[in-house]
Amino acid sequence: MAEGAQDSESGAATSGAVAIETRDVTKLFGSGETEIRALDGVSLTIRENEFFTLLGPSGCGKTTLLRLIAGFDHPTKGQILLHGQPIGHLPPYQRPVNTVFQNYALFPHMTVAENIGFGLEMLGKPRSEIKATVAQMLRLVKMEALASRRTDQISGGQQQRVALARALAPHPQVLLLDEPLSALDYKLRKEMQIELKRLQHETGITFVFVTHDQEEALTMSDRVAVFNQGRVLQVGPPHEIYDHPCERFVADFIGDTNFLKAEVLAADGQRAKLRLASGAEISAALPENIDADGQVTIAVRPERAVLCPQGKTALLHGELHNIVYCGTDTHYHLTLPDGGPFMARVQNTRSGQALFGLGEKVGIAIEPEAIQVLRD
Amino acid sequence: MADTRGLARSVMRPRSFSVRKQTGFTEMAVICFVLLYAPLVPLVVYSFNAGVSLAFWEGFSLRWYVAAWENELVQDATIRSIYLASTASVIATCLATMAALGTTRTRPYRGLTTIYAMINQPLMVPEIVTAVALLILFASVKTVTDYHGMGYLILAHTAFCIPFAYLPIRARLEGMDLTLETAAADLYATRWQTFRRVTLPLLWPGILAGLMLAFVISLDDVVITELVKSAGQDTLPTYMLGQLRRVITPEVNAISSVLLAVSVAMVTIFFFLNRRIR
Repeated sequence: MAEGAQDSESGAATSGAVAIETRDVTKLFGSGETEIRALDGVSLTIRENEFFTLLGPSGCGKTTLLRLIAGFDHPTKGQILLHGQPIGHLPPYQRPVNTVFQNYALFPHMTVAENIGFGLEMLGKPRSEIKATVAQMLRLVKMEALASRRTDQISGGQQQRVALARALAPHPQVLLLDEPLSALDYKLRKEMQIELKRLQHETGITFVFVTHDQEEALTMSDRVAVFNQGRVLQVGPPHEIYDHPCERFVADFIGDTNFLKAEVLAADGQRAKLRLASGAEISAALPENIDADGQVTIAVRPERAVLCPQGKTALLHGELHNIVYCGTDTHYHLTLPDGGPFMARVQNTRSGQALFGLGEKVGIAIEPEAIQVLRD
Repeated sequence: MADTRGLARSVMRPRSFSVRKQTGFTEMAVICFVLLYAPLVPLVVYSFNAGVSLAFWEGFSLRWYVAAWENELVQDATIRSIYLASTASVIATCLATMAALGTTRTRPYRGLTTIYAMINQPLMVPEIVTAVALLILFASVKTVTDYHGMGYLILAHTAFCIPFAYLPIRARLEGMDLTLETAAADLYATRWQTFRRVTLPLLWPGILAGLMLAFVISLDDVVITELVKSAGQDTLPTYMLGQLRRVITPEVNAISSVLLAVSVAMVTIFFFLNRRIR
C-alpha cells in the first residue's frame, strides 16, 4: 500500500483536464408524498481520458446521473459542465456525448453498418467519411465480417460490440456506458472487460461506466465513485476504495469485511490509538471528517488477517466453527469471545490439510495498516 | 435412490394449465366455427346457380357473375365503394397515427383517459345513433351550402374508421422499445429525424394493419352510408340492400362472394406481409 493512498486525486493515468463536472446536482422524481430524491447534491469531477465508474446498488442514483449527463433527463437543481461549459439545458442530440445502453437499443430495421453510421449521418458528415469511419469502427470491434447482417441475426456479445462501435463512431468527448455487460454470461463478460479497457486506451475517450458489480468496478476503473441512496459516499482509485473505505456501507458493499467495535483512546487527526474488545491496543488510520470519539467501528479485510497459534502476536482470538475450501484460498469462519463473527481468508500456497481444525481456538494477527476506522 | 427420486419428480411435475386439454374444448371450437362459416356455404354455392332461385339448384353456371360484371349500377357502386373506402381509410389512418403518437409518446397528462375514450367512441355508440345524428346535421348543411357531393360520405366514413386504425397503431407503438428513440436522440437525431428514421419505419406494420382494417370497415358499412348518401351515391352494400327489397336473384350472391374473396385475400396478404417484416 502506497503512502499517498489516502489522496483521492492520485491513481489515474490521465492528462488532468476536467471532462465532466457535476455541481451539487439534485434530481427529484414525482412530487408531494410520492417524491423520490434520486440524486442528492452530487458533486463529481471526471477527468479527460479517465475510466470513471459509478458504482452502487440498484436504485442508488447512478443511472439517473448518467441520464442527466446524456441529456435524457434534466437536473432539478445544480449544474453539469462539459469541459467547463454548462450543458444541463441542451437536448441530448446537441451534446457531444454518446451512450451504450443496457439493452444495447440497436435499430432492428438497420444493418450493423447502418447502425454504426447512424450518428455520423445525423451529424451530416459526407458519405465517404461515414464509410471510412464505419469500416474503421468495424475493425476496432472486430466485426468486419458481419457488417451487412441485421442486428437480430447476431449474438448478444456481437450486439454489444455493435452498440459500442455505434456510440464510438461519432468520436464523442465522453462515452457513457449503462451496465453494458450485465446481459452477458460470465466468460463473455470477462472478455468484454478487457476489450473495453483496450478500446478506452486506443480511442483516448473518457469513459463513464455504470455498474452494480464491485468486481467489475475494481478491475476496470481508474477511479470509482461509490453511490448509495442518491449520494456519493467515496471517490478514489480502486485500491484506495478497497483498502481504505471511509464508511461502513462502502466497506460492506465492496468485498468481504469484518466489522469490529473499538474504543478511541487518543486521536491526532491522521491516526488514532484504539482499544479492541479483546483489550488489545492498536494504532489505525482515520478517514477524513470523522468525529473520532468514544466508540467507533473498524474494518478488517479477511485476507489481511493472519491466523496463528494463540500467543502474544495475536490481537484477537476466536474459535473456529467452519472451514470453506475455495480452490485458490480457504475461508476460516471464527466466533469471537463476544459472540461476533470473524472471517479470515488464507491463500492455499501448498496442497494438503487445513492449517487448523474445527473447534480449535486460534489467534488472529492483524498489522496496523490493515485496520481502517469507519464513519458510521 | 437417484432413480426413484427422478421418477417421483416426473410424476409430481405440475402440469401447466392448458385450455386445450379441458373436456369439450374441441367440440366447442367446432360448433363456433360451424356457426361462423356455415351460413356462407349456401351463399357461395347458389351464386353459381344456373336458375333464378336461391333455394333450388338448377345446375352450375357463371351467369350471375357475368350479370353482375355487366351491370352498370354494380360497376358504378363498386367504383364508388373503393373510392370512398380508400379516401376515408387513408385520412383516418393519418389522423389515427397522430392520435396514437399523441397518446403514447407524451408524459401522462390530465384528460388522457377522456381523450382515449373519445377516440374510441365510434366503437361504443350504436351506429344508428351516429347515422341519424349525421343525417340531421348534414341535411341542414346541405340546405345552407347546396353541396351534395361525396364529401359527406368521406367525412362520415373517416370518423368511424379512426378507432379501427388507431388501435393497431397504438398497440404497435406501445410494444416498441422506447430506448430506440432515446438512442437516436443520443446519436444526434433531432425529433423529426428520430420520427422519420426510427419510429416510422418500425411503426409501418401497425399503420398498414390500421389502414386495411379501416378500408374493410368502410367498404362494408351500410347503416351510416344509407342515411348519409345523397341520391345516386349508392355504394356496393347499399346497392345490394336496395336489390334485396325488390327481386332477389343470385346476382347478390355473386357480388357477396366476390367481396368475401377480396376480404379473405386482403387478410391473407396482410398476414404474410406482417410476418415477413418481423
